[in-house]
Amino acid sequence: MSFLNNVITGISLGSIYAIIALGYTMVYGIAKMLNFAHGDVIMVGAYVCFFAMGSFNLPPVVGVLLAVVVCTVLGMVIERLAYKPLRAAPSLAVLITAIGVSYLLQNSAQILWGAATKTFRPIVEGSLTLVPGQLSVSYVAILSVVCCVVVMVGLTLFTGQTKMGKAMRACSEDKGAAQLMGIDVNATISMTFAIGSALAALAGVLMCSAYPVLSPTTGSMPGIRAFTAAVFGGIGSVPGALLGGILLGVIETFGKAYISTDLSDAVVFAVLIIVLLVRPAGLMGKYVPEKV
Amino acid sequence: MLKVNDINVYYGAIHAIKGVSFEVNAGEVVTLIGANGAGKSTILNTVCGLLHSRTGSIEFLGKPLGGTPAHKIVEQGMAHVPEGRRIFLQMTVEENLEMGAYTQPRSTIDPNLERVYDQFPRLKERRKQIAGTLSGGEQQMLAMGRGLMSSPKLLMLDEPSMGLAPILVEQIFDIIRRLHEKGTTILLVEQNAQMALSVADRGYVLETGKIVATGTGQELLRNAAVKKAYLGG
Repeated sequence: MSFLNNVITGISLGSIYAIIALGYTMVYGIAKMLNFAHGDVIMVGAYVCFFAMGSFNLPPVVGVLLAVVVCTVLGMVIERLAYKPLRAAPSLAVLITAIGVSYLLQNSAQILWGAATKTFRPIVEGSLTLVPGQLSVSYVAILSVVCCVVVMVGLTLFTGQTKMGKAMRACSEDKGAAQLMGIDVNATISMTFAIGSALAALAGVLMCSAYPVLSPTTGSMPGIRAFTAAVFGGIGSVPGALLGGILLGVIETFGKAYISTDLSDAVVFAVLIIVLLVRPAGLMGKYVPEKV
Repeated sequence: MLKVNDINVYYGAIHAIKGVSFEVNAGEVVTLIGANGAGKSTILNTVCGLLHSRTGSIEFLGKPLGGTPAHKIVEQGMAHVPEGRRIFLQMTVEENLEMGAYTQPRSTIDPNLERVYDQFPRLKERRKQIAGTLSGGEQQMLAMGRGLMSSPKLLMLDEPSMGLAPILVEQIFDIIRRLHEKGTTILLVEQNAQMALSVADRGYVLETGKIVATGTGQELLRNAAVKKAYLGG
């Protein structure tokens, strides 16, 4: 039974990682940059929901929606102010800027909301008992998996069927050629950040509902793990983010349960290293030789 | 239709295009020929808005284009089939064509698809195929078809014969002739001067960023200097 419990915990945690990883992977696919501030957007989303529910007594649904709206705007503003001016800059400059934005968000949160951890009230409470006394699934875990599936299906339909989504794929392949089609590349990049940040907000709320501590650095570790998941699955690949996220969640949970709680991160990263040694482009990534 | 007046384009400190002027009239096929590095593609990229000229002006359909971003110029009726085709390799043939019609209202997509498939039956056979699996010639057809999807008033082709076997080059030029007969205005950039001049109404010869000769296609084919430099004596 504890094995099944671990599988369930792993998959629900993995679903949250997958939602975060989608943000990383989409932004990487389009803007060819690693947005290391993505994890901190998760934290902002969680705080917005926390205050909406705690200080203003708004229902959870409204709290989540508010978090999504605030983070969407935040993501677009970050892109406009910090990354867009660097569109032609070397990728290292963009990477360092992203790390800078990450610290800016963490420190701003500390000034605004204090460094002390807050206890997050889950958006849904209780759990579903499958085998009395032995196997139960929390509603948050169920909700996480449902959200992940909905997001995945939604994104697949969006990028596969809609004009906007196809334009996004065109941009991710060749921005110059996309412009020649009449696609506004800047607007497309901005939209990608908006979608990624909206997903980050959702993930933040789910994360804090499952593990109810909230502090200005709450987002950084899940952010890094989700980044790992994105690389694991093949950065730039949407199904890769899902696979990477779920696997990472399961490996982390099993590592905690069967190896050592302290070593769970080490286990996760060791698996990542092994996968990258065998498949440098990640599990579902395509290896694209660089043209010279 | 297109009037380019004294443009100067720089790559950093390198003065790539030095005071080039030319024009394309409605219904014409005009070619820019010249060796590698003469600045042919740079001129096309400037006309379509990917690069910008420091001086001079570009007028399209009587309106100045100065500073208009590339994606807005497409809406005005200019399609650019870039060097190296640049099709979206991971998308299907039909998705590539749909992208070509990005600026067009939904209702025009289906008739335009029909038209392009009429011209390139090969593409219709392979419409659900991923573009990266097409042969070089098919990819060039797809790139041209994609350009035609926006029903452009001016079609700019950058080295459509590049990297293709002679028989495919013939096919591509046959298509250019057919498009010309149907009244499409074309600005053609080519290294294959012989072929380009044989389909063109007029041509300009480019050398290190300057126009050094101009005339009708036939005149340039007979021009001694052009013969010596580009047509193998």
